[in-house]
Amino acid sequence: MKVSLKVNGELREADVEPRKTLLDTLREDFLLVGSHAGCEHGVCGACTVLIDGEPSRACLMFAVQADGYEITTIEGLAPAPGELSVVQDAFCETHGLQCGYCTPGMVLAAHALLEHNDAPSRDDIVEAISGNICRCTGYGQIVEAVEFAADRLRKTNLPRHARGDAAQPDTPRGGRA
Amino acid sequence: MSEAEIPLKFVSSNRRVREDRRFVAGQGHYVADVALEGMLHVAVVPSQHPAARIVSIDASAALKMPGVHYVLTGEELAKAADPLMNGLDTPHVKRYPLAVGQVRYAGEWVVAVVAESRAQAEDGAEKVRIVYEPLPYVIDSEEALDPSSTPVHPEHGSNVLLDRTFVWGEVDRHFADSPRHLSFRVTWGRNSTVPIETFGVAAKWDPWREILDVWASIQMPKYSDQIARALRIPLNNVRVHQDVDVGGSYGVKRGIKQTVIVSHLARRLGRPVRLIEDRLDNMRAGDAHGPDRIFDVEVAFDDDGIVKSMKMRALDNAGAYAGRAPFQLGKPIGAIVGPYKIQSVKYRAISVTSNKAAQEAVRGFGQAPTNYAIETAIDKVATALGLDRIEIRKRNFIRSEEFPYLIPSGTRYDSGDYHTVVAKVLAHADYEGLKRERDELRAQGLCAGIGIAACLEPSGGNSSFEPLLNDANKTTTWMESCRINVDGLGFVTVTIHTTSSGQGHETLAATVVGEVLEIDPDQIRVVRPDTLNSLPSNSPVGSRMAIMLGGAAFHAAKKLKAKIVRLAAHQFGCAENDVVYQGGTASHPGSNRKLTWAEHVNIAHRNFHLLPEGMEPGLEVTHVMQVPTANKLPENGRVQMYPCHSFEFHLVLVAFDPEIGKPKIRRYVIGHDCGTVINPHIVKGMTLGGIAHGIGASLLEEFVYDSEGQMLTQSFMDYLLPSSHEVPHVEIVHHCTPSPFTVFGQKGSGESGYLGSPAAISGAINDAAAPYGVSFAKLPIRIAAISDAIAAARPLKEKVPS
Repeated sequence: MKVSLKVNGELREADVEPRKTLLDTLREDFLLVGSHAGCEHGVCGACTVLIDGEPSRACLMFAVQADGYEITTIEGLAPAPGELSVVQDAFCETHGLQCGYCTPGMVLAAHALLEHNDAPSRDDIVEAISGNICRCTGYGQIVEAVEFAADRLRKTNLPRHARGDAAQPDTPRGGRA
Repeated sequence: MSEAEIPLKFVSSNRRVREDRRFVAGQGHYVADVALEGMLHVAVVPSQHPAARIVSIDASAALKMPGVHYVLTGEELAKAADPLMNGLDTPHVKRYPLAVGQVRYAGEWVVAVVAESRAQAEDGAEKVRIVYEPLPYVIDSEEALDPSSTPVHPEHGSNVLLDRTFVWGEVDRHFADSPRHLSFRVTWGRNSTVPIETFGVAAKWDPWREILDVWASIQMPKYSDQIARALRIPLNNVRVHQDVDVGGSYGVKRGIKQTVIVSHLARRLGRPVRLIEDRLDNMRAGDAHGPDRIFDVEVAFDDDGIVKSMKMRALDNAGAYAGRAPFQLGKPIGAIVGPYKIQSVKYRAISVTSNKAAQEAVRGFGQAPTNYAIETAIDKVATALGLDRIEIRKRNFIRSEEFPYLIPSGTRYDSGDYHTVVAKVLAHADYEGLKRERDELRAQGLCAGIGIAACLEPSGGNSSFEPLLNDANKTTTWMESCRINVDGLGFVTVTIHTTSSGQGHETLAATVVGEVLEIDPDQIRVVRPDTLNSLPSNSPVGSRMAIMLGGAAFHAAKKLKAKIVRLAAHQFGCAENDVVYQGGTASHPGSNRKLTWAEHVNIAHRNFHLLPEGMEPGLEVTHVMQVPTANKLPENGRVQMYPCHSFEFHLVLVAFDPEIGKPKIRRYVIGHDCGTVINPHIVKGMTLGGIAHGIGASLLEEFVYDSEGQMLTQSFMDYLLPSSHEVPHVEIVHHCTPSPFTVFGQKGSGESGYLGSPAAISGAINDAAAPYGVSFAKLPIRIAAISDAIAAARPLKEKVPS
């Protein structure tokens, strides 16, 4: 079946089997391989993408179900090639990762949290990333990364609605942060 | 022998980890991202039986399915490939990538179906019809050891792969002389590191160049050697691409059977073939489970709590094939007395086959289970004498002035200051306050307990356990290499010769080379050539890379610097000793002459006539480094196992409601001494990650088999990985006792945290449950086990009325 999906602000078309997951479609048809398959049963969160800004499991959704939503993958977060978003940069600052496999999902989960709440408590952060399993870090430096990003976002001069770096409906590649 | 003469500029500073940039942007390059023109995909058909004879395989319906190209059986593969390498001398325990004639565990791969897509391969796999004749099987370790049990490999004659008893020192006399003895059994449940990325491999055969290209999610010493041996092709026909990022490993990413399957298929079909395990493939038959071990321990001690001698019997359930499992009983010999001055040890190591999945190397290579057994012994001695558990450890610790310290099994510990680390942790944590907090929690009706563990991380990954457990093996080196090239424009490129799975080796190599050459590490390119372009490496195992890759990079950079100095001295017409090297510039204070970096580069690359006699043009050096302290084969069952020994001390407060039994870690403090830290971010991450993994091993994770030989915990719904809710905030207290055997005094840290956290958490739960007279002697200690045991132990009147 033909689907047209809005991914990172761009309309993309593919011809997929109805049984094909959104994850496989993103990876195989659109070559957006930053979203990873971990468990393929909705537990680990390595496949996390944002659907209308909310973290969602791309392994539990069929591509044909994603029609009409704003899909943001990790490739949609960097403001420009070689330039990191505030959240991505914060993960580098605290080394909130090791092997990098869960990282795209983790960064998107953190990004979604900070879009709603730029002064999260430790509990808020723990809750927001609890659907994403990381086997490397024990989460400590990930929590630090989110705290660091929140601090920087709070201190930025940009108006609140433009601070996030997700693809917004009205900005093709998202605002800067 | 520390050779660093100048204050360190980059080593030990909080610099960013260079690998992180690509990962946060989703720009890692994992094996599933490798897209090859015309690539075919594999799905496997697993056995439903723990043991059965394969009567027939009918693939005709599968071959008619859309997109299906081929169906590979074990029989065909066995004709084309040799059995996989076996570490021990057990030639009749043959391991094939696909079962031949008989299946030996539920889930074992029997047939591989190849199709245009993974989905079509799975459709085809469903149509393969296999007729089995069930055979007797054995799951339990003690049963497998019984000579009357059914052998998993009948040709081998029994289930015993290894049964070796070592006696180091005067065990009998020490036991006879000691006024007190105690004995106990503890069990380490089968778990593993379970990376979020499963194992995957893609292979392509070029018949015109006779090259097998392999991309894999691999962390394995001698990987390409094993591919070449299995496929009976020259090793220089195998090209493993080491620039593939590995999505977590912690020891287990060693998919040799998967690799042989796709490599054979790529040659057979003339198209690239890949196999990416799905989670189910991975959990039940990725052959990546960890130790599964019963310890019987007996200790002899005196009234002051001084432990003089220990007898340990370790029975490990290797699963259906030998693999690396028996060796994981061997490595702990290098720290068999932990941080204690136990004078003699009798160690019986038994490895048996069973109808469970095969094991692979897991973080610590058997050391974490052994530490759990040793630390349980120390706790029990304290309890028997009514002594504080920290006091008893302090009385038994090796003292800082006693290093290098020779332990009974032949390893000389390099350095340590255990008393100071403990003192720092107790001061940081306010131990007396922590005990008061525990008692207050108890007064509120909760179960609360403090857990303590002190243990070592042997590091510098050598393979001395191989010759120790296998007389035919004469290996005494486990080298690592580094190459540095300064190009014609003066830019520096460092090559490292292995894959990485998150350990930050590019950062490590750049930091060290930058330190020695006094140039900004961020200006240094680090690359990973394929194996045909590589120098010898033994991959990141055994907490070795800070020591071995760091060491190789250091020595290579020293050689490069020496070449520059010699070149400069020749220009200045002075002795090499009179040249001062600083920040890439060489100068001669006597004549006030200087040569800048660009000038060295220009002379080396373009002015052969200006070079000293015998000097090769260009600025390129290599160094292949031998493991420090590794210089001989084992003698009389004794060997120097690893060169370096990091120390960790865990202090944990756990509490839970006795009705519910769900442990909450309220405080977690670890004292960590791994010598000189090269990158603090990396070491911190390793330690925190290791602790999280240990929380999983002690409270949540187990590959459970039922009495019918089926694995019950096949998904992440049943095999529970710690989430951010289960892992507490961890406080790290640092200490640095440099190793005398390494270039900067560094030791290993890749297994830190994991080696002691299961022992500490078990100790805390047991302390918490002690008022009910309950104790737990098997990991993991699950919520249900806690609440059931306490419910059974509580007097009826205490129980909540129904």
